[in-house]
Amino acid sequence: MRAVDAIVECLKAEGVDTVFGLPGGANLPTYDALYDGGVRHVLCRHEAGAGHAAEGYAKASGRVGVALATSGPGATNLVTPIADAMMDSVPTVFVTGQVRTELIGTDGFQEADTTGITMPVVKHSILIQDPREIPRAISEAFHIARTGRPGPVLVDVPQDLSRVDIDYDPIDSVSLPGYQPTVEGNAKQIKLAAKALANARRPVFYAGGGVINANASDELSELCLADAFPVTCTVMGLGAFPAPHDQWLGMLGMHGTRAANYAMDEADLICAVGARFDDRITGKLSEFAPRAKFIHIDIDPAEISKNVPAHIPIVGDAKRILPKLVREYRALETDGSRLDGWWERIRGWREKHPLGYEDSVDSEIKPQYMVEAMYEATDGKAIVTSDVGQHQMWCAQYYDFPKPRRWINSGGLGTMGFGLPSALGAKVACPDQTVVCLAGDGSLQMNIQELATCVTENVPVKVFLMNNHYLGMVRQWQELFWDRRYSGVDMGTTPDWVKLAEAYGATGMRATEKGSLVETMREALATEGPVVVDVQVTKEENCYPMIPAGQAARDMVG
Amino acid sequence: MGEEPAPPAVLDLDELQIPGGGHTGRRHILSILVENKPGVLARISGLFSRRGFNIDTLAVGPTDDPRISRITLTVDGALHPIDQVTKQLHKLVNVLKIRDLEPRETVARELALFKLAAEGESRGQIVQFAEIFRGKVIDVSKRSLTVEVTGTDDKIEAFEDLVRPYGLIEMVRTGEIAVARGRSTT
Ligand SMILES: Cc1ncc(C[n+]2csc(CCOP(=O)(O)OP(=O)(O)O)c2C)c(N)n1
Ligand SMILES: [Mg+2]
Repeated sequence: MRAVDAIVECLKAEGVDTVFGLPGGANLPTYDALYDGGVRHVLCRHEAGAGHAAEGYAKASGRVGVALATSGPGATNLVTPIADAMMDSVPTVFVTGQVRTELIGTDGFQEADTTGITMPVVKHSILIQDPREIPRAISEAFHIARTGRPGPVLVDVPQDLSRVDIDYDPIDSVSLPGYQPTVEGNAKQIKLAAKALANARRPVFYAGGGVINANASDELSELCLADAFPVTCTVMGLGAFPAPHDQWLGMLGMHGTRAANYAMDEADLICAVGARFDDRITGKLSEFAPRAKFIHIDIDPAEISKNVPAHIPIVGDAKRILPKLVREYRALETDGSRLDGWWERIRGWREKHPLGYEDSVDSEIKPQYMVEAMYEATDGKAIVTSDVGQHQMWCAQYYDFPKPRRWINSGGLGTMGFGLPSALGAKVACPDQTVVCLAGDGSLQMNIQELATCVTENVPVKVFLMNNHYLGMVRQWQELFWDRRYSGVDMGTTPDWVKLAEAYGATGMRATEKGSLVETMREALATEGPVVVDVQVTKEENCYPMIPAGQAARDMVG
Repeated sequence: MGEEPAPPAVLDLDELQIPGGGHTGRRHILSILVENKPGVLARISGLFSRRGFNIDTLAVGPTDDPRISRITLTVDGALHPIDQVTKQLHKLVNVLKIRDLEPRETVARELALFKLAAEGESRGQIVQFAEIFRGKVIDVSKRSLTVEVTGTDDKIEAFEDLVRPYGLIEMVRTGEIAVARGRSTT
């Protein structure tokens, strides 16, 4: 069969039911194979949309997301989603077309050095040089994307090679001598960690997206509930521990709760699981958790002691390590009352500094209330994707995620325009679940074209647009740290979102009053097909609390 | 012998230490086996620049197995946490093996070519230095001498210091290559 038919066969062998993409000259052969190849193709309106859709698909389902693009501009349009998938460890495979072999290096039409351009932002990449390598390359790509610390893998296929006839034998095992992730976790270290936990008086669990990637949320909960361990999550980890919960402190970091950040500050032992001590978590590194010793559990050895030195490093898969740690911990039969004093302190912070905002006295919709309304309208059960900005942080603060894979956002790269396409991907992956995109008015315009995809492909995502007419997060920083010199943040004439939605063939709605907001949202959820609800919120509201960049947890404001 | 007694469950958190491996303060020679595939060197050099690590020297060549190449590079362990460097390198799929060579258990050599403006009486002086350093004069013209010197980087630097005053036109160095001492493979 043609090499491209083998690509489609490989995709099916990997269990891929849907791919996202957009064709062009260099990947015409691939599209020919897709014509009747038995894999659903979702035609996106921009390759960035396709890439983020693949991410949304992967994050919602845990399966590998796949996006296709042609050479040159198609491939360069994928760079942002690839970088995004790298930062947030999203299992994804990107298959790009490349110009014919004889044109490579000649600045041929639509030639770009795709493997070169993406090299710093891929987990791995393969430029096909022999068509017979293609099936193995695709299998390796999937293997690398989904195992170890997941991430994006790119396969660049020159057009001429993709048309060659090859023998296709299904690849049933991949062995890469240079790629052998550690999974089990060192038994001695696990024992030591249990002992440290048993002797800690002010412990905190700090969980990140790695727990979700490892499908280890239940295991995490079991460990945290083995005693009254307080738990906080990063913006990537929300849902790894069920919120709300007595032991749940809320999110930590720049816009985290005071209880979470103060607990980190005073902790004597911090157990980090699948988290990477990003600067949005640590703030000023030299003043981060100054009293704490660290247990650091991660599948990626390079994360350990990268930013914060770990006293008890444990490399491996959280799903394998956490149950062993639970067993070791239980065997020590500790007295849970040693944490009473610690909880008293934490409860004090919680009572004194709960998350909160001043609600409007009139019918004005406060952005925080909008998230609460969304929670109410969806019964707290939706898959929520988000763009990047204030709305994202408010959602992280005010929407309690009871389960993993319900909160899909761009945490590491902070990519505006992530919300709508990732909602598309999530809904394709999980058609039976309610998928809501909480959009920003700045962000939504960055990938609004995917509304056409949702309509054409009949993917009924509900977009709740938090419309503050500003690039709100940047405006907030200008207000707080740049003397209110609002430079380049006013969105000026914004589109009429209702008409825009209708122009795309979706349903448009508008909400301007607090009193009927939940009702409007319910109506949107009950409406067939994609819906955009333009929610007019307070224009100049700030997201608090906040640790100003480069400062310590103790310096939280608001 | 009976079973080892279970360690007491009591642990003073203050006793927990951070395992070493960060800034060592010395120069490290990393011997890296990589798959002989296109782009591997770009991946390694890209990783160094992306992570803000400096490569002091770099030498690449084939091994006895045509599918595998060896990269020998030196990094300053005072500037960079060596364990971060090696752990990041390990994440590259085409990197098969990394050995951070122990200085005392390693023989390292570098080759350098010195082109010197050797006129008049300095010619004899330079030839003499070359002999002392077990170097070889490999090219002679009326107005220059080219000397080949092999050795550790210390030795090459010593030779450079010595001949510089005589008019160093240019110098080319290969970067160090190294093998572990004794029978074991590097
Ligand atoms: C692609 C991209 N460009 C620029 C930024 C910088 N940035 C971060 S938040 C933000 C404002 C986003 O505005 P909006 O989507 O309206 O969200 P809001 O903060 O108003 O809720 C900007 C411009 C970014 N994160 N991503
Ligand atoms: Mg906005």
